Amino acid sequence: MVMVLQVITKKREVYMAKNAQHWEKTKGLLIVTLAIWAIFSMGIFLFGAEMNSVSGPFGYPLTYWFTCQGSLGIFVILIFWFAGRQEKIDEEFGFAERGED
Amino acid sequence: MIKGNFIDNLPKIYGIYTGGFLGFIILMAIGEQMGMTSKAIGICFVAFTVAIYAIIGWLSRTAQASNYYVAGRSVPTVFNGMATAADWMSGASFVAMAGGIYFKGYGYMALLVGWTGGYVLVATLLAPYLRKFGCYTVPDFVGTRYGGNTARLMAVIVLTVASFTYVTAQINATGTIASVALDIPFQYAVYVGLVSILLCSMLGGMRGVTWTQVAQYIVLIIAYLLPVFWISNNIGAGFFPHFMLADEVARIGELEQQFGFVKNAAADLKTVPKGLAGITKAHSEVNATPWAFISLALAMMMGTASLPHVMMRFFTTPSVKAARKSVGWSVFFIFLLYSSAPMLATLSKLALIDPSLPTGIIGKSIAEVQAIDWYQNWNSANLMFVSDFNGNGTVELNEFFMAGKAVVLATPEVAGLPYVISGLVAAGGMAAAMSTADGLILAIANAISHDVYYKMIDPKAETAKRLTVARVLLVVIGFAGATIAAMEIQGILGSVIWAFDFAMSGLFWPLVLGVWWKRANKEGAVAGMILGLLSGLFYLIWVRSGGSGFLGITQLTFGIFGSTVSLVAMIVVTLMTSEPSSAIQKMVDDARVPAGAQVISQK
Repeated sequence: MVMVLQVITKKREVYMAKNAQHWEKTKGLLIVTLAIWAIFSMGIFLFGAEMNSVSGPFGYPLTYWFTCQGSLGIFVILIFWFAGRQEKIDEEFGFAERGED
Repeated sequence: MIKGNFIDNLPKIYGIYTGGFLGFIILMAIGEQMGMTSKAIGICFVAFTVAIYAIIGWLSRTAQASNYYVAGRSVPTVFNGMATAADWMSGASFVAMAGGIYFKGYGYMALLVGWTGGYVLVATLLAPYLRKFGCYTVPDFVGTRYGGNTARLMAVIVLTVASFTYVTAQINATGTIASVALDIPFQYAVYVGLVSILLCSMLGGMRGVTWTQVAQYIVLIIAYLLPVFWISNNIGAGFFPHFMLADEVARIGELEQQFGFVKNAAADLKTVPKGLAGITKAHSEVNATPWAFISLALAMMMGTASLPHVMMRFFTTPSVKAARKSVGWSVFFIFLLYSSAPMLATLSKLALIDPSLPTGIIGKSIAEVQAIDWYQNWNSANLMFVSDFNGNGTVELNEFFMAGKAVVLATPEVAGLPYVISGLVAAGGMAAAMSTADGLILAIANAISHDVYYKMIDPKAETAKRLTVARVLLVVIGFAGATIAAMEIQGILGSVIWAFDFAMSGLFWPLVLGVWWKRANKEGAVAGMILGLLSGLFYLIWVRSGGSGFLGITQLTFGIFGSTVSLVAMIVVTLMTSEPSSAIQKMVDDARVPAGAQVISQK
């Protein structure tokens, strides 16, 4: 009886440890993603006036380009990248859902 | 059609639909050549598209709660992306955005960054976890996560305040377009718009709204992109405007230098019809302080992540994984339109101000401009105006005025495109406003029917009765919205931005901390919602009534103040009260792991 209880407690601890590790990695990914997000949604616009005198992609003024294409496009790519990374983390710990979307 | 392997057939069904719509455009173009009047074309475009949405709404009818509330959780990622994009892009995005960029330039473009960047927050902080929770509505999440009816009710109140602010603008926009296209008075047109909106959502709830929104996205994106590409080719600016307008942007800068921004006398400005604006800001120069730009972008981003009608779209995906990916698709489909709006503004401005183009009016004589057909049309609709302030007989840059929405509505005609394009644009604007209105009305009605009626008043209600209540509420809220819209209190865009600020003031932190801070408890969340919403509201009233505000927070960004108060209140009150029960903590643990059953099991 005592042994059974010990096994259950052990399993629960392993599970908890796995959960905690999974959440640590998830938080790490969140921080990286939000850092990139903050740079392209806010950070670069601290230097909007200075950056705009530089010629950006396709010859548009750089800040202007970021507001109409650059930042927007980066957000699209960033979300798909994040989704892919998070899936990998979930799979690593066996927390991914079964079945396909 | 919406039975059996409908989901597998989606690409085929919407492929045929898109082909059919393009065929319809060609048919109308032929009709125009054969002498169809512009009025007949306008009526055909609006009537035909609205009829299609109504048919989809009827085919999607359902008697099941999970279909009605979350479209049976079976919407594939790409299609949910399109539906979210239509849900998201309102009449304001479609009709007013290019105009805002046209007149306000850089300072306004913070909205483009904010309204896309917010989805990064949705994808990382909220959507997958709320999907795992398995709630039907956003207040359902708040009520379950924190426990208790007070938290649930507060969430319903914040949702209603934010969404209702937003929905009147959308019904207003459907009314405006219906009144122009069908040539009926505005106060009737508002109700025509409302009936069209209800046809999509009443029978099928979220399921009906999902499949009509996909159809509406297809119409609105064609209606937005086709004119942009056509105009760009017409004035020789390049066949792919997004990559090729650098010279045109530079040319506008040169012309601005050449003409100069002359300040008009106040007496002269009084003669300009209300709602029209002149070009007073440089097209591509940085004209706002970093904080003005960043604070507006930040408010819009946090607001995006707190607006329930967007969040609930991610409850319809088959899995947590799919919810994440479908956020990516949503921004992709939004990106297609948002990245085109500045291009349209550039083309539209250049077409009108460049004297070397045949369409340019600056430098022409007043009499000549006043004799142009399109000028007379848009002038009589009170959307365009020229006046010879300095009496030199020619139109100067500072003597030309236009309404923001004319950039989208009038540019096709100005650039010499056939009328069929203007009819298409009307159908697109109608689709954009209808899809957003549907999402918003459904969000409010579902929150009241599910969270207030079913969860608080009558938990034993049968499904049939619940859905009847939901449908009655849908109609009541729609009529309330239309009635207020008919009074025309705020301009389209003002109230849209307020909705974001209200949502973020009350809901952002209770939602985010509900997932990311296990210690957060009911008392903290309730304090956060009440104090956040109230402080935001008071700040708005204070600034509106002449208050100076502080830290550069304006009536467009009051959510920054509201949400900060909300965050502080929530942390302080949470720490002063006891931690949530172990059952609730377990719920949060479960929500953080994609695998396994949903946290709440719904009937």
